[in-house]
Amino acid sequence: MKTLRDVKIGDTVKVVKLHGEGAVKRRIMDMGLTKGVEVNLRKVAPLGDPLEITVRGYELSIRKADAQMIEVE
Amino acid sequence: MGNWPGVTVEKKEGKLKKHSDVTITDLPGIYSLSPYTLEEVVARNYLVGERPDAILNIIDGTNLERNLYLTTQLIELGIPVVAAINMMDIVRKNGDKINTDELSRQLGCKIVEISALKSDGILQAAEAAIKAAESGKPVPQHTFSGAVEHAIAHIEEAAVHNLPLEQQRWYAVKIFERDEKILAQLNLSETTLEHIEQDILAAEKELDDDAESIITNERYVYIASLMKACYKKKSVGKLTTSDKIDKIVTNRILALPIFAFAMFLVYYISIGSIGDWTVGFMNDTLFGEWIVPWVASSLDAIGCADWLNGLIADGIIGGVGAVLGFVPQMMILFLLLSILEDCGYMSRVAFIMDRIFRKFGLSGKSFIPMLVASGCGVPGIMASRTIEQDRDRKMTIMTTGFIPCGAKMPIVAFIAGALFGGSAWVATAAYFIGVGAVIVSGIILKKTKAFAGDPAPFVMELPSYHAPVASNIFRATWERGWSFIKRAGTVILAASIIIWVLNSLSFEGGFHYIGEGDSKSILNVIGEWIAVVFAPLGFGNWQAAVATILGLVAKEEVVGVFGSLAGMENMLDLVEMGDLTSQQQAGLLFFGGSKLAGFSFMIFNLLCAPCFAAMGAIKREMNNAKWTWFAIGYMCVFAYAISLIVYHIGLLFGGVFSAWTVIAFILLAALIYLLVRKNKHTA
Repeated sequence: MKTLRDVKIGDTVKVVKLHGEGAVKRRIMDMGLTKGVEVNLRKVAPLGDPLEITVRGYELSIRKADAQMIEVE
Repeated sequence: MGNWPGVTVEKKEGKLKKHSDVTITDLPGIYSLSPYTLEEVVARNYLVGERPDAILNIIDGTNLERNLYLTTQLIELGIPVVAAINMMDIVRKNGDKINTDELSRQLGCKIVEISALKSDGILQAAEAAIKAAESGKPVPQHTFSGAVEHAIAHIEEAAVHNLPLEQQRWYAVKIFERDEKILAQLNLSETTLEHIEQDILAAEKELDDDAESIITNERYVYIASLMKACYKKKSVGKLTTSDKIDKIVTNRILALPIFAFAMFLVYYISIGSIGDWTVGFMNDTLFGEWIVPWVASSLDAIGCADWLNGLIADGIIGGVGAVLGFVPQMMILFLLLSILEDCGYMSRVAFIMDRIFRKFGLSGKSFIPMLVASGCGVPGIMASRTIEQDRDRKMTIMTTGFIPCGAKMPIVAFIAGALFGGSAWVATAAYFIGVGAVIVSGIILKKTKAFAGDPAPFVMELPSYHAPVASNIFRATWERGWSFIKRAGTVILAASIIIWVLNSLSFEGGFHYIGEGDSKSILNVIGEWIAVVFAPLGFGNWQAAVATILGLVAKEEVVGVFGSLAGMENMLDLVEMGDLTSQQQAGLLFFGGSKLAGFSFMIFNLLCAPCFAAMGAIKREMNNAKWTWFAIGYMCVFAYAISLIVYHIGLLFGGVFSAWTVIAFILLAALIYLLVRKNKHTA
């Protein structure tokens, strides 16, 4: 399973499925990371975590641990 | 009512100019009406419970898609909605196009274009909202897919048919999502719940996803269709100015130096140079040399009684003045922080620092409060307001006070001078103890029940950079400063009066005012009682107890108290000048020359409850009495435990063993257990 965590900087991927449950999952979805949406990995923070992504035309910061719950292709 | 993400933490009310019968309530900025974050619950309870006449939904035009997500949920409430698309000037400047007529037609609600920055269209937006409220017509709803609509229709019929018609849909959707808060509120019967569950399961099976995800997905699918019809982005692939700035400031190599420089500037201006000067001026000159002596001599001139003169000049004005002295410094600091916030760099600070801080239960945004607190805890605690996650914010408030602030440095210098021959390692140790206390507390607290529950994930919007707007900055600065001044006027005033009374009156030889005499004040008597409590920490004499109590007024008082008790009026100056001989005399007098007792005293005073000003700030930011006392209580208990451990294990190295040594080891074991135990509250 490929997750958002494994994506290379600069690559654009499509969200396939969200794993996890409850508040964490809902929050991620509320921010626009839903099935079928395109995500571009812009950069990794200087200390290696979190990630900065572009989704639905805006920039979002997400921790690697949470990015791991997002299956992409 | 508006939605300005990240700006409002509490709801605020105001009257609309020229329409005195219209009340506007500004709700916290939120992304959704989910039941999971404090802000969302506050906003949701207000909307559902109070049912305002109309909702004015402020949408960021540069981030239309994500913002419309909330709009679709607001529309479902059955309350008239007017959408105001903000930042239209920037949208136009970028060359993007929003077809508001078409969007309005498809959404079914009135849309106004505004620019809060340029004060464009604000009045029109308010008037549109008033009109919508007068008409009382709710907005037509968008429909979900067949399977969902089928289930919702069933739920409406089975569970919410007795509610007013326009509210049914919102409740039905929430029940479909299995929203626990709504289910608890409605208190449906077992059979109804079972019946509904069948409908939800059928929809989930058909769409192969859980109900909550289905709703969220379908909303975004609907919004995507709106975007396609009404929004045209001009440039694809071309870098905007904001992108170019971001490339530099969060660049892998340059990010940390730039960050360090920005933080150094903030620190240097607010704490180091200008800020320090204002504190000195306010405390020593304005209050110390001008106001207090002037008031005292004026009161003298009109024949005011000695005790009343003392109460007004020293107690009230001196006490509140000591606190108000920090106001200009805080204003400077808040000004700088507001600039960082307004231009979008603050969220990048969190982005850069997150990795370090979340290890001990804090977030990247906790960095600024901690940095500021090394100058003064009061603005440090207040700077925690920029942290959105409720839990991270509370944790930051509770631990920020451990950082040694400027006012605690004289204590450190005094102990170093009095007992350690002025050794520099005492100050170094003080900082390590402070930072260590933050880390240890973070790890302990994040495993407690109070901070348990599903963590809100750290998904944070990184807004575009833009030039800071003067009006925003000054408003934010003023609001923060003013709320502190108000606090100083109430809690701190009361506390200063009480302490003054205790310190200036005596029971001995009849109840009387002490003045310059040296008979025992009530505070001395209390000090004697409390000293018993401090005995296990190695400083069980009344002088040290009184110094600790007066440290609550202002930490630099601690040294002053020792000075006056030792008959050395200007101990603070002696410490500053590095006069070792007199400090050592004091050390011998109060701690029997015991390095360990002095060190234990220092630790306790560094970590225990902060000064009244900082406690006021804690109360202000917690906005909850229980949490305030929990925070202060935690600090005192933690300080006591650490001092006891250090003192008695230190004594053991000198060959002294007692029952207390055993207790010290038990406490140490408990502390280690709390640190390493498994976090049973995480999912």
